[in-house]
Amino acid sequence: MNIQKIITDLETKDPEIYQRLDSRRGAMKSFASFGSKIALAAVPLALGSMFKKAYGQSTTDVVEVLNFALTLEYLEAAFYDQALLKGVALIPGGAATGAITTIKNHERAHVNTLKATITSLGGTAVAEPTFDFTANGAFADVFTNYQTFLAVAQTFEDTGVRAYKGQATVLINNNAVLTAALQIHSVEARHASHIRQMRKALNPSVVIKPWITLDQTGGIGSAVQASYNGESLTNQAGVKIVGIGGNSNITSVQASEAFDEPLTKAQVLAIVDPFIL
Amino acid sequence: MITQTKSFYQVSRRKLLGYAGMTSGILILGSACKKDDDSDSNDGINLGNGDIGILNYAYALEQLEAAFYTQVIDSLYSGITEAETDFLTDIRDHEIIHREFFKALIGKAAIQNLEFNFSSIDFSKRESVLAAAKDLEDLGVSAYNGASQLIQNVNNLLLIGKIISVEARHAALIRNLISNGTFADSSVVDDAGLDIQRTPDAVLAIAGTYIKTKINGNNLPRP
Repeated sequence: MNIQKIITDLETKDPEIYQRLDSRRGAMKSFASFGSKIALAAVPLALGSMFKKAYGQSTTDVVEVLNFALTLEYLEAAFYDQALLKGVALIPGGAATGAITTIKNHERAHVNTLKATITSLGGTAVAEPTFDFTANGAFADVFTNYQTFLAVAQTFEDTGVRAYKGQATVLINNNAVLTAALQIHSVEARHASHIRQMRKALNPSVVIKPWITLDQTGGIGSAVQASYNGESLTNQAGVKIVGIGGNSNITSVQASEAFDEPLTKAQVLAIVDPFIL
Repeated sequence: MITQTKSFYQVSRRKLLGYAGMTSGILILGSACKKDDDSDSNDGINLGNGDIGILNYAYALEQLEAAFYTQVIDSLYSGITEAETDFLTDIRDHEIIHREFFKALIGKAAIQNLEFNFSSIDFSKRESVLAAAKDLEDLGVSAYNGASQLIQNVNNLLLIGKIISVEARHAALIRNLISNGTFADSSVVDDAGLDIQRTPDAVLAIAGTYIKTKINGNNLPRP
């Protein structure tokens, strides 16, 4: 195998190859970082991975992820918009209305940021769906009962966190989009934490923490269980977390709380489908 | 999975391509890189390069957070409520898990245990403890958000992603304990709805306030 020839051939075909890979030195550095351990047979694979960074992910895939995210942000933004229109009949004035307004403004900003990003990539943003926040009657009093409203809000936020996490790996070859998606992801996690604290204040006797314990819904029940399935993982990348490092106080409770788990696009779409007309 | 090629910068392109052109390219390439190892004269604990470097960087930050919360729980501030004790104990455990997890994941290439200096924090005072906790949690979120693009391996990216949101949940709680409603205020979320992200250089400069052991992040990948 002649790596020099491969690089030179690529240079002829694509003069911008080094911009894609930062520089020729960067290309070789990146190649060398695959290191001395791998067997020669694995070289084509290593080269493939290196060039995938430059060429692999088509813009179409990235736009598809962004449109998926946009749909979720439309859902959240419209949800908080409609809730706030109910005024104090639904959400207590003061801190609660302030917090929901902050969250609503972020969701609207996410919608705008995602639309602009899709356009800048030459894609077409999907249109906003029409929503039914009662989910065909499953949450019939979502805009008249503060408890139900917060329960649905918690589910949307926790699901949003898991949805972005599940798409991050698809974006690995687009640094700018990956970073922005994760910057949205952590904002959703801040929201989730706060909504959970609001629910705890309203339900002092129920176990509701800012983080997700095992695959518990925080007292909401089976209607939202799909948003929490898979969160009780206590083994990460082959590492057993219970009792890790000789810490006998680390049980499956803390082990599950310390990591949030991803959901696939299909899992997320199944969860939000009842809310979309 | 990923190996250290510390001093690759010192290998000339021509020499490198010469090696690479050989049929046994990779193996020789590896040893060529090792030969120049001693040319790196930077002091301190070297985090390494590639994904290992980023994971060691995360490991260093989790060591810092775990050490901080361990001291918080060992010397509870005056007037602490039962709810606050429970929250801070949970967070301590999460950070210990993260620390021990990275140590296990990185294996032999893991950096040593770091030493810390928390003399600027008054652990007997709620205000001082929560202010430091807020800074550490927000710093952690920004560090992971900024480092994600430097990761090459999808599995490592996913693991970092699983931890970022837990740190963000911590940050939102601590902020609310200080002042309810500040869980995602404009000091951390911009007009585009994006959380803060920081480069490793920026994070290490800030974290340096508390880290006594000298850390060398010179070989980390850069954006």
